[in-house]
Amino acid sequence: MAESAQSQTGGAHAEEGTRRDFLVIAANALMGVGAACAAWPLIKSMNPARDVLAAGAPVDIDISSLQPGQQILVLWRSRPVFIVNRNPDELKQLQTSQDTSLLRDPNSDELQQPPYAKNWHRSIKPEFLVLIGICTHLGCIPEFSPQPGGALGANWLGGYFCPCHGSRYDMSGRVYSGVPAPYNLPVPPHRFVNDTTIRIGENPPDSSWDFGSIVQI
Amino acid sequence: MALPENKIVRWIDHRLPVFTFLDHELTQYPTPKNLNYWWNFGSLAGIVLTIMIVTGIFLAMQYTPHVDFAFDSVERIMRDVNYGWLMRYVHMNGASFFFVLVYIHLFRGLYYGSYKAPRELLWILGVVILALMMATAFMGYVLPWGQMSFWGATVITNLFSAFPGVGNDIVTWLWGGFAVSNPTLNRFYALHYLLPFVIVAVVGLHLVALHQHGSNNPLGIDHKGPQDSIPFHPYYTIKDMFGLGVFLIVFALFVFYWPNLLADPANYIPANPLQTPPEIVPEWYFLPFYAILRSIPSKLLGVCATFGSILVLFIVPWLDTSKVRSAYFRPVFKWVFWLLVFDCIVLGWVGAHRPEGWFVIIGRIATFYYFLHFLILLPVIGWFEQPLPLPPSISSPVLKKGGRRLAGAAASRRKP
Repeated sequence: MAESAQSQTGGAHAEEGTRRDFLVIAANALMGVGAACAAWPLIKSMNPARDVLAAGAPVDIDISSLQPGQQILVLWRSRPVFIVNRNPDELKQLQTSQDTSLLRDPNSDELQQPPYAKNWHRSIKPEFLVLIGICTHLGCIPEFSPQPGGALGANWLGGYFCPCHGSRYDMSGRVYSGVPAPYNLPVPPHRFVNDTTIRIGENPPDSSWDFGSIVQI
Repeated sequence: MALPENKIVRWIDHRLPVFTFLDHELTQYPTPKNLNYWWNFGSLAGIVLTIMIVTGIFLAMQYTPHVDFAFDSVERIMRDVNYGWLMRYVHMNGASFFFVLVYIHLFRGLYYGSYKAPRELLWILGVVILALMMATAFMGYVLPWGQMSFWGATVITNLFSAFPGVGNDIVTWLWGGFAVSNPTLNRFYALHYLLPFVIVAVVGLHLVALHQHGSNNPLGIDHKGPQDSIPFHPYYTIKDMFGLGVFLIVFALFVFYWPNLLADPANYIPANPLQTPPEIVPEWYFLPFYAILRSIPSKLLGVCATFGSILVLFIVPWLDTSKVRSAYFRPVFKWVFWLLVFDCIVLGWVGAHRPEGWFVIIGRIATFYYFLHFLILLPVIGWFEQPLPLPPSISSPVLKKGGRRLAGAAASRRKP
């Protein structure tokens, strides 16, 4: 049967393929499309569910009791967020060449912050810094070490030190040269609802920055 | 042997003969050429088993096996998880359809005598699969932790308390507590995940046993030579694919239009250990067994009859004394077979109603007939029945001279 079918339909057109070849390829292609359609909902089900996304809504943080020199650690979208109230000495230090000459990206050229935080203090108000507290090397939480010198060496100017692989950042979360971390610590979208409340996860009214466009968290 | 010319395929096959195996067991595998559509249900059941395992694994990623969170996690799957409603409805209705297919497959085996020598172990492995399916389905039904889940689990585990002496200890052991509770839910979840893979293993043995002597066929006679068979691929692969298409249309109708038709609304009420629902009914595929349980006015005997109604299937190859396989040639058995089908439907109908009034009497008659069929009628009919004359070969009823060898059966299929 198969032989006779081949000799009838194949014969003259064997070179360019037979009617049966066409049917086999078409049927297999349709099966492939069907398999992909069946796999899609299953794969999609592993993406964040609606309740998980809803839990990623902006959070309001009261900073009225945050004193100069202090940092608080809050959670937004299951991630640690640093909010620091930097004192005048620390802000002055950020602008010295002693600090900036040692940094990998002193001007924040890499897209690790919204446009409204692309400045020397990497924030909206110079004293209040908001950072995603995740080392850009391999995801550990860097330690807040604002005191110069000490165990981190005589050259330490104060900033963040990651205990996992020794990455160092300054008091603006800018990464130093010669450490494993490649990028500055990310700045999340945030705005001041009033003088004492920061809303994390929402841009100021004049910005539509997409947090998903960031280079690396 | 029709292996592709491809050098890599040859290199692998010389060391790991998977291609030879597939060629032998799928492409060349000689299959009776007279199989009708009742022979589609085995492979269909295998496909549904795969669907159940795949959807089950993805559901397990979202489910929480804890009495405080199980119900809500299932509702979260329905509302929040992307396509969670689809996965759950496919899994839920897939269980029902798995039983539909397997019951048809089982009755096909009974009608055409597929359990007779040399296929006794093939049949027994099939009954093992059925028993494993029932355990898996029961434990799966407990996981959503609704009212029916909880009270179904309570009733079914309490079946074991009927056994004298050790009964209460067995039930406590099954529960891992003083009643159906969190340890019970945890172990049922673990076993519900495990047992499908045990089923896959037994299905593998079922196929090994099948391929030893090949499929039975509607005439129930052995093949006499190559003129009686055709290669499995492409003839039966394409027929199975067509059957799959028809099945998936029906299945999709249920999943997308009547997803809860076969479900009990009471299971959308969270489990309450302080209140039994007014009416406790198992899933439809357990109803005949439930009817047998309730028909017998003794706790121990009722439990024994329920288990016995499945266990009796194991010895069917030896209860049936007729040498003729197919009911096509058995004028008496043919009618008795349809009586059994009717009896099982009646049992299912009785099982869905409260055991009151006529339902009790009908249930008892139907239960009695179920065992009468297997234990008395099956052996006795074989002794006195005069079977019709069997045809000399599979080909002869349709072709005058016994048919000729089909070209396709011998041709090695060449890839273009």
